[in-house]
Amino acid sequence: MQKHIISLLVDNEPGVLSRVAGLFSGRGFNIESLCVAETMNPSVSRMTLVTRGDEHIVEQIKKQLNKLINVIKVHDLTGTEFVQREMALVKVKAKRDYRAEILRIVDIFRCKVVDVSPTHYTIEATGTAEKLGAILGMLKPIGIKEIARTGAIALSREKKGKEGAYGKD
Amino acid sequence: MKTLTGAKIVMAVLKEEGVKTIFGYPGGAVIDIYDELTRTDIQHILVRHEQGAVHAADGYARAKGAVGVCLVTSGPGATNTVTGIASAYMDSIPILVLTGQVPTALIGNDAFQEVDIVGITRPCTKHNYLVKRTEDLAPVLKEAFYVARSGRPGPVLVDLPKDVIQGKTGYKPLTEPRLASYKPTYRPNKKQLHRAVELIKKAKRPVIFSGGGTILSNASRELIEFAEKLHAPVTASLMGLGSFPGTHPLWLGMLGMHGTYRANMSIGACDLLIGIGVRFDDRVTGKVEEFAPNANIIHIDIDPTSISKNIPVTVPIVGDCRIVLKELNGLLDADRVKIDKKSRENWLKRIEKWKSTNPLSYEQKNTIKPQYVIEKLYELTKGDAIITTEVGQNQMWAAQYYHFDSPNCFITSGGLGCMGFGLPAAIGAQVACPGKKVVDVAGDGSIQMNIQELATAVQYKLPVKVVILNNKYLGMVRQWQELFYERRYAYTDIEHSPDFVRLAEAYGALGLRATRPQEVVPVLKKGLESPLPAMMDFWVAREESVYPMVPAGAAITEMLLV
Repeated sequence: MQKHIISLLVDNEPGVLSRVAGLFSGRGFNIESLCVAETMNPSVSRMTLVTRGDEHIVEQIKKQLNKLINVIKVHDLTGTEFVQREMALVKVKAKRDYRAEILRIVDIFRCKVVDVSPTHYTIEATGTAEKLGAILGMLKPIGIKEIARTGAIALSREKKGKEGAYGKD
Repeated sequence: MKTLTGAKIVMAVLKEEGVKTIFGYPGGAVIDIYDELTRTDIQHILVRHEQGAVHAADGYARAKGAVGVCLVTSGPGATNTVTGIASAYMDSIPILVLTGQVPTALIGNDAFQEVDIVGITRPCTKHNYLVKRTEDLAPVLKEAFYVARSGRPGPVLVDLPKDVIQGKTGYKPLTEPRLASYKPTYRPNKKQLHRAVELIKKAKRPVIFSGGGTILSNASRELIEFAEKLHAPVTASLMGLGSFPGTHPLWLGMLGMHGTYRANMSIGACDLLIGIGVRFDDRVTGKVEEFAPNANIIHIDIDPTSISKNIPVTVPIVGDCRIVLKELNGLLDADRVKIDKKSRENWLKRIEKWKSTNPLSYEQKNTIKPQYVIEKLYELTKGDAIITTEVGQNQMWAAQYYHFDSPNCFITSGGLGCMGFGLPAAIGAQVACPGKKVVDVAGDGSIQMNIQELATAVQYKLPVKVVILNNKYLGMVRQWQELFYERRYAYTDIEHSPDFVRLAEAYGALGLRATRPQEVVPVLKKGLESPLPAMMDFWVAREESVYPMVPAGAAITEMLLV
């Protein structure tokens, strides 16, 4: 059961999300996460969805998505070069004794503190699912009050230079 | 540019699309469309239940090879269409369902007769639309027709709020739409075609398996040419009956759960299976692991999702069946492919042996056998009728004992298996083909699911015939209970049915009954010859079962025989 990140371009119309979500529920496919937003072209949205399945299932998922009239393009990024990010907002209990330690963690993981109160920090963290997992692992013992997480968003990489070497993020 | 009301635009698009007849049922939300309808020459068939309207449009579409159209009101009118839409979806039948909707300002308010029909039908339509502005109406309708009939056809629903219908906008006829996100593949990949030809050349024991896609793409002539070139036997799914002549020497009979012995055995033994316009449904394959275990499989279908969904294939060919077959025939000619007739004769002899050892059979004794009724129906209509069916034993006996020589003559709810389909579908087929004999083969259970449509047939003088194989059971379920549930007939005994003869008469149709074998032919003759719609009630052997039968989960070569 490999994880696949599938990037879709869809018509930006009411009901399209429901068509995609309904396809997954109706056919027993699973969605781990789904992110949607408008592209530069306001009539087109990009959906990034993360799913799991063996080759046969993922093949069906892609074909079925392609079959939806409102789906313009289906691109399975898995197995290609791509960049991927998730974001988490983490509200951490910040008692006096831990405030410095939290800021150190924020610094190490290149996060940002986006809200401060005498008792809490709210931290913005971005990265891959693994990186976010690591941050949460560090913050958990200190005391996480709430978290809000996005699913993955991803784009394929462009080739850099003549050699076709891939650049950094 | 003319300024027209939404209702007038609906009529204008229907006319541009060549729609002559629609099936429907009026209501508050569509009253403006109905008002406009009286000012056109489009014929409207008033059904007695909206489910009947959709099945009729379905039957019309299949008999005519065109998009069938139905029109219903909002709320319950719309929800009543759902079963019909699901049936058309499973069988890939192009229909357009127009539903009324409450005014846009009221949508979401739980208004009177409001229902989110676009939401409800999303999973069972090819596509659907809610039109929010009168300006969008013409392009959406045009697109709806295009989507319904192109690629792998299917039902499309367009939801029409009342204010959109009453509003006005400029109108000029539109050309066929082009959609960035929808481009069906008609032409096959050349490389795959050549791979297919190589497999065909090598095959010693090929079998061709044709489905509904062959009929939908009008590929029967090409299929016959292909089969004769290959000198290969042909079987078909339920949906594919008629795509290849049922009287052709290469015909094997139907495949699958109630397929013929020789068709099922040949799948077990073949070394090349060529699936054309099929989707390898579970009723055809039985146990997937043991389906065509020794064969390379070439699969031709216009829908990529059908390929390698249930059965892994050796050569996938995405394209229109007709175009693909034409190209394959061309390649075989160009290659001057010589079929090794000798090895083929061995293969055909083996099949012939299966045929003679286990033919379809029944014994006509004192009570009427349902198979006998179908055989006589075939003889009396000289195989030239359009047969629709209900669902269950009646459907299987019709499929087994009527031999279909041409496409679009067997109209059945194959994928959904929807009881109550046959009579309204027969009405639709009769409207499409006024000169043809149209016969609904029914059971006493399923006929009662849409029996009200008899009134429609009488009103419009549509002389459809209903042949009820009356065993006073819900026969197919009873058969399963007999075979797999130790004869515990849980609620399958229809203890009370109306007197179908008097019921037919009450509707103004002809009612006839046969209770003894010698009455079968006279009743059929009288019913078929009558200018009226006729309902013929045949009291058949109660516990007759459909054989062969592949038990659920077994390989298709493991059949229960009579």
